[in-house]
Amino acid sequence: MNHLNTLSTNRALNWFRFSSPSTFYPVAGKMIPWFWALSIIFGVAGLWVSFFVAPVDAVQGQGYRIIFIHVPTSWMSMFIYLVMAAWAGLGLIFNTRLSAMMAQALAPIGAWMAFLSLWTGAFWGKPMWGAWWVWDARLTSELILLFLYLGFIALQASIDNARRADKAGAILALVGVVNVPIIYFSVKWWNTLHQGASVSLTKAPAMAQTMLWGMLLMALCLWMYSIAVGLMRVRAIILEREAHTDWVRQLNEVKN
Amino acid sequence: MSALLTIIRRDLLLVMRRKSEVLTALFFFVIVTSLFPLGIGADSALLRKIAPGVLWVAALLSTLLGLQRMFAADYIDGTLEQLALSPKPLVLLVIGKIIAHWLVCGLPLVILAPVIGLQFDLDISSLKVLMLALLLGTPILSLLGSIGAALTLGVRGGSVLMSLLILPLYIPVLIFGAGAVYANSVGLDVTGHFSLLGALFILALAFVPWVSTAAVKIAIE
Repeated sequence: MNHLNTLSTNRALNWFRFSSPSTFYPVAGKMIPWFWALSIIFGVAGLWVSFFVAPVDAVQGQGYRIIFIHVPTSWMSMFIYLVMAAWAGLGLIFNTRLSAMMAQALAPIGAWMAFLSLWTGAFWGKPMWGAWWVWDARLTSELILLFLYLGFIALQASIDNARRADKAGAILALVGVVNVPIIYFSVKWWNTLHQGASVSLTKAPAMAQTMLWGMLLMALCLWMYSIAVGLMRVRAIILEREAHTDWVRQLNEVKN
Repeated sequence: MSALLTIIRRDLLLVMRRKSEVLTALFFFVIVTSLFPLGIGADSALLRKIAPGVLWVAALLSTLLGLQRMFAADYIDGTLEQLALSPKPLVLLVIGKIIAHWLVCGLPLVILAPVIGLQFDLDISSLKVLMLALLLGTPILSLLGSIGAALTLGVRGGSVLMSLLILPLYIPVLIFGAGAVYANSVGLDVTGHFSLLGALFILALAFVPWVSTAAVKIAIE
């Protein structure tokens, strides 16, 4: 029993050890190349499946292939918001500096994903619906998500005191979480122009197996990409915020 | 309870001493809505159709104008800090400020709306629905707005930033509020819209005061 206790406290200690920027910085540096490599592998495989293996859609023809970018970016835009809000919330509760930095690093990536999702959606909508944009529930809620990201970035950028910026941003991020389920379920709640979900956890996907694989591979590619870029950004933020500390001055890349 | 009433009375008294700020927001509402018929032309069928949207958007914007005043003056002269130090719970005082803001910036819009609605050639039943929707919707605007007002305290370009933060959160209220008037005008049932507005109001009332209190505490710590 005693042994178990020490084991668990050890693990807890190890876990929290990485919440310090000085220990996290080198670890993140080592992880970045791996995530880039995985992202490229998944990306090449995903693009190959989506362009050469997946069959032509019976109704939408070749144009449907934009789904392989559109759906993964939409997933990522929602998922990154949740992760960002979770980090921000952790930062607010435990008062850890690194959590807030993670949230700050993730915001532009999520905004970029939301933008790509809207942009590719417009390219898909033009041939299929005959319009670049319709005021449909899912499109509108995704647009709100983009605005929420921009609001978070703007709020953090305009407060000079970093600690206060983190906390204020965290509150805004947590309030905005309400929007994510609305986007996700919008095609179910409102019967609008945007087609229903092709992939669902509870029932068999309404698409060919190879199409699903292409989409999942692309989603994994974007996951790895987001993690890699997120770690790069968080490293830059750590350097910026901890510039006054000794360990940063001892770094090779800073000294040279 | 007496603390709540005291803070409401104090805020209202401050407003009465400087009427110009509040009247500016109300005139803004009247002027913006009056510009639309001039810009689009006086086709009464078209005006009837756009009236709910125009009135609601103008209401959102004029509420925003008043929000800047909710905490900012008290923050600058240190009153907010004193309020936070008082033995009464801060959330009660924040609720008081939200109520005062609604009395000053929300309620007058509800009363003015039928007059503006007449300019847009709305019939009596549409006007009733519009007033009810505004009565239910403007408190949500004051509640949600308080988050933005508290988060942007003492921030560079605070008022512009606040509109960027708050307007996206206002969108559901706009959709259901204007939707109720539109549904009524085409003869559809409006209870669904009112139920959703009511749900938003209850949700906002349950959570927003705590969020705003946390934001105020962050600003003054």
